[in-house]
Amino acid sequence: MRWSRRHVLDTDDWSNEEIEAVLDTTGAMVEVLSRPVRRAPPLRGRTVVLFFAESSTRTRVSFELAARTLSADVVNISASGSSVEKGESLYDTVRTLQALGGDVVVMRHSSSGAPYFVSERTDAAVINAGDGWHAHPTQGLLDAYTLRGALGDLAKKRIVIVGDVAHSRVARSDINTLVPLGATITLSGPPTLMPSAWRCGQAPAGTTYEPDLDRALEGADGVIALRLQKERQEGGLLPSLREYTRVWGLTEARVSLMRPGAPVMHPGPMNEGVEIDAAVAHGTRSLVERQVTNGVAVRMALLYLLVGTPTLEAS
Amino acid sequence: MDRRELEAKGYLVTPGFIDVHAHLREPGFEDSETIASGARAALRGGFTTICAMPNTEPAIDSPGLVAEVIARARAGGAARVLPIATITRARAGRELADLVELSAAGAVAFSDDGAPVDDARLFRHALEYMRTKDLLLIEHAQDTQLSAKGVMNEGVVSARLGLPGIPNAAEETAVARDIAIAELTGARLHLTHISTRGAIASIRDAKARGLRITCDVTPHHLSMTEDWVGGSREFAWEREGHGREAPLATPFDSSTKVNPPLRSLSDVRALWEGLVDGTVDAIATDHAPHASIRKDVEFDLAAFGISGLETALSLVLGGVNAGWCDRDTAIRALTTGPAHVLGISVRDDDWIAIDPDAEWTVATESLASMGKNTPLLGRALRGKVVYAVVGGEARYEGGLRGATPVGSR
Repeated sequence: MRWSRRHVLDTDDWSNEEIEAVLDTTGAMVEVLSRPVRRAPPLRGRTVVLFFAESSTRTRVSFELAARTLSADVVNISASGSSVEKGESLYDTVRTLQALGGDVVVMRHSSSGAPYFVSERTDAAVINAGDGWHAHPTQGLLDAYTLRGALGDLAKKRIVIVGDVAHSRVARSDINTLVPLGATITLSGPPTLMPSAWRCGQAPAGTTYEPDLDRALEGADGVIALRLQKERQEGGLLPSLREYTRVWGLTEARVSLMRPGAPVMHPGPMNEGVEIDAAVAHGTRSLVERQVTNGVAVRMALLYLLVGTPTLEAS
Repeated sequence: MDRRELEAKGYLVTPGFIDVHAHLREPGFEDSETIASGARAALRGGFTTICAMPNTEPAIDSPGLVAEVIARARAGGAARVLPIATITRARAGRELADLVELSAAGAVAFSDDGAPVDDARLFRHALEYMRTKDLLLIEHAQDTQLSAKGVMNEGVVSARLGLPGIPNAAEETAVARDIAIAELTGARLHLTHISTRGAIASIRDAKARGLRITCDVTPHHLSMTEDWVGGSREFAWEREGHGREAPLATPFDSSTKVNPPLRSLSDVRALWEGLVDGTVDAIATDHAPHASIRKDVEFDLAAFGISGLETALSLVLGGVNAGWCDRDTAIRALTTGPAHVLGISVRDDDWIAIDPDAEWTVATESLASMGKNTPLLGRALRGKVVYAVVGGEARYEGGLRGATPVGSR
């Protein structure tokens, strides 16, 4: 298929073919990353601006590595050390980004929808690297790629997403990516951390809510644990972290309720001992490190599809 | 031009509209609106009388400020402006303002709009004290603990967009509280910008029990749904019979951010049902103009509010044309309804002429309001005020000549 999108803001309106195209391209990028010299020229002369208004070392470094591997120039505008911290408005920042003339703006922002605001006001291609509770498209795509690597075709596979779904852009993007590929999703976690509409009969297509994690995991093909922000307890949404861990923490005993070998994933950074036991996080089922590696390849794929010239030959 | 002439030409001539709820922003926020610009926008929308909410800076909580608003409005020579004063001093929700003195200075009603009176005991005392002169309290009914940091309706769209929601219950628990306290005190109470099915049901029941409760709904809550935040631009009556449409606008557009939030289709239907059966007394704009600096920001940081005076008639007629309400009922809700709420009479020398079929396009330059914050920008609407008379004096004329004469429709 021909790639026609200018921005990657959310995958919620993507066709199955578009998701497949990114995953196929990701495969090619994995090959580039396995070369002795990890470098390809398709973004030579292009400038990728990394605009991280909310701190995130992992995602930023992943994008930076992806852009450099494809020979792009990379400019960082991060929260610390830039004017964003001094209260500069997003509108001003966008005008600056526009004047700087980057080809791609990769942005992370604490406000849901901020990438739409930027995409409307700049000529650059915008990649959403996470906005508020809304979306984290590259995480959804890398999770899909990683699950496919472990399970093959995702049709009829059932994946559990457990934790703070309400405040999770990862959960939303995982749903938007995995469901079109044929998977069904069982959401689990405290009712206070689930969007109310999704608990009350209006869950997205392909998903169901099961508060009892043991039941959710029974016979599942994989599980994605979400990071629990400790401030949820202070907000009155949880009695205690101890109780959360007891009821919704991923333990060896719980993950063994899934099909044999069913993988465990986590977007990181993990609170070991809260949402996931160290033994599970680093156990044989864990794909957490592979998620990180695949993340670079997925981000390369998107950069390539958005602004790359069509050659992957080594220079 | 007299009204017979205009009627003969095929225009719909009605009493001037009365808006019980508009924000004119002066004093304090003159970059968003002034009394003069707001009153001009009102006339273009057919409103010959508007009530100005007191959440200015300073808030209208002293007789001198009430007099100042009246003087500035008079100098403007557009729509009549009736000042609403605050219920509590500085709108701080702690102690009552000098309600009787404010009334004597010309305050038509009292409201801390923008916020409810959170303290139930103070709310009770406000209503009790108002019985001195049978004053009118206009309440923005919302449980602020439940609405918390919400920025849109809590439901399937907020879940999808990852935005914190304001549940219907935030309005419905407040309405239930307010009705109970109105019953306790026997006072008049007007509940403004009602937006949910449950609130309509409570008010219907309270009225059936003979309580002196009135309410209004806004044109935007009558026409738009929560889907607008997600990028839809379909009016409620265009949504009948089919599911989710492809978005027509970019999602997270802050012009759709308003408090109370745009609700679900079921709520919109309930507002129209309330209008038809008389539960809803008035249509009020909650005209909330904002300078672009307060709207051209991230969705969660943007100010709440829609600039509404000039699009109100077209939105209401949209529902009328779709058969959701007959035209006379809708016009009454813009004229005799709000007059009854306020306890004022409909003046013979305030009247307007409407071309119900005129098409016009909402554009920043065509709006007299300084607030261009409406999700209708660029949208073609039907129904336009072409002539407005205040106190027997023609104060607005627009598009009369181009209007279609009778018989050629």
